[in-house]
Amino acid sequence: MNALQTLLNYLSYPFVRNAIIAGVLIALCAALLGVSLVLKRYSMIGDGLSHVAFGAMAIAAVCSMAPMTTALPITIAAAVILLGVNSSSKIKGDAAIAMISVGALALGYLLLNIFSVSTNVSGDVCTTLFGSTSILTLSKTDVILCAALAAAVIIVFCVFYHKIFAVTFDEEFACATGVNAKFYNILIAVVTAVVIVLAMNLVGALLISALIIFPALSAMRLFKSFLSVIISSAVISVICAVLGILIAVLCGTPVGSTIVAADIAVFLLCFTAGKITKRS
Amino acid sequence: MAMINVSGVSLGYEGKAIVSDLNFSVNRGDYLCIVGENGSGKSTLMKTLLGRKSVIAGKIEFSDGLKQNEIGYLPQQTEVQRDFPASVREIVLSGCINGCGMRPFYSKAQKEAAAANMEKLGISDLAGRCYRELSGGQQQRVLLARALCATKSLLVLDEPVAGLDPVVTQELYRLISDINKEGITVIMVSHDIAAAAQYATHILHISHKPLFFGTKDEYTASDIYRRFISRGGDAE
Repeated sequence: MNALQTLLNYLSYPFVRNAIIAGVLIALCAALLGVSLVLKRYSMIGDGLSHVAFGAMAIAAVCSMAPMTTALPITIAAAVILLGVNSSSKIKGDAAIAMISVGALALGYLLLNIFSVSTNVSGDVCTTLFGSTSILTLSKTDVILCAALAAAVIIVFCVFYHKIFAVTFDEEFACATGVNAKFYNILIAVVTAVVIVLAMNLVGALLISALIIFPALSAMRLFKSFLSVIISSAVISVICAVLGILIAVLCGTPVGSTIVAADIAVFLLCFTAGKITKRS
Repeated sequence: MAMINVSGVSLGYEGKAIVSDLNFSVNRGDYLCIVGENGSGKSTLMKTLLGRKSVIAGKIEFSDGLKQNEIGYLPQQTEVQRDFPASVREIVLSGCINGCGMRPFYSKAQKEAAAANMEKLGISDLAGRCYRELSGGQQQRVLLARALCATKSLLVLDEPVAGLDPVVTQELYRLISDINKEGITVIMVSHDIAAAAQYATHILHISHKPLFFGTKDEYTASDIYRRFISRGGDAE
């Protein structure tokens, strides 16, 4: 009862409400896209892009520009390059991802150290990598920008749902029957980049992939049609995000890692449930 | 007027020809089987017919108003599909995607066509089942139903019986033959020469250069066919 009282008390603060709104929207977007990325064997692209986003954030910090508006175009460009490279190049897909991702990480940290504008560089880096409390410090404009981008992602996903399914399930067939698969791959890449930049506020650069892949993997243990996997993945992701934020607020744990911990717990539950239902 | 006319075509990668001097034509209602050993260039030829690769020399003409988005295609299964969480209905319906244009959702007519194709291939009772839990033969039927949704005139099949047991293989061949008899042109890539000689109307046998093109009866009377059959009925 006491915990509930404290919780209600916290919920009366606008910054907690903002965090929950943004958290739900980001989690929803990440989960929608996650299913497609996992099935296309693109999980690592999400990881690579999040490191690029970190590098972009570092540039923004050094030049004292707005972090989100700087990171967005750079991450989108990296996404398009990665997917373009993937289909036709001498450097194979996974090597290209590894190259870009560690490169961006190293250069980002280097920039932050050389052109240090704050007194606490390692604190800044830790915040960008693990999110720490940044979701609780969102301003009203941040929340509005977040909501607008999330709405755009959800609309794009709904409008192109059937095409995304066709390209995810069988790219060869889609191409051969006249669907512009390349366009949809780039669309998926761009939307992934948007989601990653959004999610950096919530869980930090290093933990974004968890937000993208865990709900999808959990849903795939239990459900058998694409639509049900998408829907349940979104539901799981939103529940974990809300749960994570509330626990973090109550117990004073870092928001990002608490959400990911909740995602991992749900995955283990789904994994066990999947094993049991398969046997019976 | 032929549906597809291939004249003097050479195919390959980066300017190096794998197959050269291909000359053949496909008429409406034909059942053409492209046979040859692994690496003989038959898959490359098929990709070119599907518009996925361009020719090095020569030209391929489509007539009878055949457009790219009117070809049904049965590709070989990929690793991604083996554990893909999708229902049979979702997959068959995705064959209609080329008729959607900019429209985000499927029309009622497309859903009916998908249902009719599932009925035709005897997989209506599997509609709600998960693709990854089906047997190999059932999965091929699902993909065949999807290919039928994409076309009214031409079906291209890439090794449709690879990995299937003999009974299921014969069933699938009969289904394809039935589809052909309903007026859909079939082009099948295969290395199963015996089955090709049984079901196809025309045979194209290639091994880097065309060894034979003609009707089935001409083929079974030819030296090339006899040489392969005497080696145990297998092209390998």
